[in-house]
Amino acid sequence: MKTGARTLIEALQREGVDTIFGYPGGAVLPIYDELYDSSIRHILVRHEQAAAHAADGYARASGRVGVCLATSGPGACNLVTGIATAYMDSIPVVALTGQVPTGLLGNDAFQESDITGITMPVTKHNYLVKSADDLDRMVQEAFYIARTGRPGPVLLDLPKDVTTSMVKSAKPASGTVSLRGYQPTYEGHVRQIDKALALIAGAERPLIYAGGGVVLSGASAELLLFAETAAIPVTTTLMGLGAVPGDHPLSLGMLGMHGTQSANYAVTECDLLIAVGARFDDRVTGKIETFAPNAGVIHIDIDPAEIGKNKTVDVPIVGDVKAVLQALISRMQKHGNTAAWMNRINAWKAQCPPGYRDDDHLRPQYVVRELSDILKGEAVVVSEVGQNQMWTALHYCFKKPRTWITSGGLGTMGYGFPAAIGAHYARPDLPVVDVAGDGSIQMNIQELGTVAHYKIPVKIVILNNMYLGMVRQWQELFYDRRYSYTELPPVDFVRIANAYGVDGLMVDEKADVREALETALATDGPFVLDFRVEREENVYPMVPAGAAINEMIGVRQK
Amino acid sequence: MKPHTLSVLVENRAGVLSRVAGMFSRRGFNIESLAVGTCEEPDMSRITIVVNGNDSVVEQVMKQTNKLIDVIKVSDLTERESVERELALIKVAAEPGTSRAEILQIADIFRAQVVDVGAKTLVLQVAGDTDKIDALEKLLRQYGIKELVRTGKIAILRGSKTVTSSK
Ligand SMILES: Cc1ncc(C[n+]2csc(CCOP(=O)(O)OP(=O)(O)O)c2C)c(N)n1
Repeated sequence: MKTGARTLIEALQREGVDTIFGYPGGAVLPIYDELYDSSIRHILVRHEQAAAHAADGYARASGRVGVCLATSGPGACNLVTGIATAYMDSIPVVALTGQVPTGLLGNDAFQESDITGITMPVTKHNYLVKSADDLDRMVQEAFYIARTGRPGPVLLDLPKDVTTSMVKSAKPASGTVSLRGYQPTYEGHVRQIDKALALIAGAERPLIYAGGGVVLSGASAELLLFAETAAIPVTTTLMGLGAVPGDHPLSLGMLGMHGTQSANYAVTECDLLIAVGARFDDRVTGKIETFAPNAGVIHIDIDPAEIGKNKTVDVPIVGDVKAVLQALISRMQKHGNTAAWMNRINAWKAQCPPGYRDDDHLRPQYVVRELSDILKGEAVVVSEVGQNQMWTALHYCFKKPRTWITSGGLGTMGYGFPAAIGAHYARPDLPVVDVAGDGSIQMNIQELGTVAHYKIPVKIVILNNMYLGMVRQWQELFYDRRYSYTELPPVDFVRIANAYGVDGLMVDEKADVREALETALATDGPFVLDFRVEREENVYPMVPAGAAINEMIGVRQK
Repeated sequence: MKPHTLSVLVENRAGVLSRVAGMFSRRGFNIESLAVGTCEEPDMSRITIVVNGNDSVVEQVMKQTNKLIDVIKVSDLTERESVERELALIKVAAEPGTSRAEILQIADIFRAQVVDVGAKTLVLQVAGDTDKIDALEKLLRQYGIKELVRTGKIAILRGSKTVTSSK
């Protein structure tokens, strides 16, 4: 006989959990008591939102399921933004929440909130565990659902009497989960694969459009082999960066609203678009009617609901991206000849790479480029949201999957710093850098307490423009420069860091950028760099909302 | 745009209806009618949902419904040979005298049953497809409908085909 809490911890260990990000409270006291002498490491964050983001960052960097834990009511509610962030990017996270005892459910008891109801729209699935006897099975199902098929967050709500009561049935978990309502398709249909190959063989200007699904599926090697075998150039979404090396001859970089010119021109001119683990998001397509207007479309995705959702598809292939790419490679007979198309693409790449004004001002793009030059892809780079995110996407050269972590679907400011904490525990062998804006970093700046506490060597690179920069950019371009509530007064981030016991450096000269970055990276613990960058720098190229993606502003002439 | 009748087999668990209904409202799918009840399997329930939309909307509805972990199977019965039924209880004003006799006659034609007789009212129970119930309602309106309760539509395939768990 053992308690529900003990059962929970053992079930987590069976799932291979080594780290939990959490914050205690009354309803989770029994769980914390078990954690006290457990082999599972618990990282005490300073706000539950950070626990959810850290679990998410851990999952993205490692490919394993991230776990966070919060108490009932306010604790659980504080997780919601983090859970929604993970949901939008299909990240496997298991969120554990305390709950009032079952006898009080529905009574507006102290610190009660209907967290399964609240998170229903932002979880892949959730459970209210009503009996300790169900706990073991439900934990196993939660992890299974989170990591299989199209991954996503799963929440387990644990009433206090469930974690304190004794488990009666000692029936051990079977080890395999079978859910009659959940059976993802992994293998692509052979007939569809052959149809796709026929289209590929007939295409003159094919283009691969690769999304986060490639990273989630662990299919980078397959994608590269497929692209090389068929000689097809690749553009990636924000979530897909790193799926192919950014400096590979076939890589066009990111497409979409802040995509590269070559990628957006290629989409517009291609005659065959092969979407791989991508979902035709509006930030990618711009005006959907003019997205890849002359192209046949092959769409490979594990989620059948994504196929045909936004764009009509000629050859749908439902399956795991990795398995489908393997099948495509093994069944491919004719190798494409795309030399003429590649010449055209290479001309665009040469004439209009993502650029910026490289003068003697301290410009944010320069900071990112120096960072890229120093790290050479051998790091995990996380971003916040806004201009900092887009500059990192455009100017940092990602070479491997799972080395780029950003909130794409939800665009959550405050995501980066806690996600970087999670990434460190997933990849302690790599430097972890959070590229931030001065707005975003202040959304979870309390996590300086966490990194100081555990000496987590996350480096924060603040591109400090004293604006909510991305919003200001839109106001400049589309609202007649009326900077309504987007200016932020200067903050002395170094002093804030120091107050937490974290080292920091303020830099306002271009000449000092490199040395500052090197100093931060050479420091053992956490480090805050406050770069006072050119304040009204914009992210270009840019596709205005509602325009076709080849109608970019701020571009170089081809 | 036309109504589609979907038969949805789900786990018989707390919260399933709210998962399905919540997903519909979140994604902007309009539920015209909804009926839920137990079915031949004790641990499953069957939901019949009528949605309005063009083919691609209905395809999305079905795919998104199917994605819910507690949903076992979704079938569109619209283009298939099926029997569809709704049930209505209609409380109609019926003073003793000529109108009462007329109402009873109408009930007879529609094969509606009188399930309650009051001093000033009759309650009719009628089962049938949507059109039949609409027609009866329209006819009874002249006498004064005091209250009307309609179930959502339920539907079943004709012949030996079934909507059962094989997902
Ligand atoms: C939680 C949250 N609130 C608001 C927004 C809207 N938003 C998008 S970008 C942005 C500005 C970000 O400013 P900052 O972090 O300073 O970065 P910059 O754009 O200057 O690099 C805002 C407010 C958001 N994405 N997330």
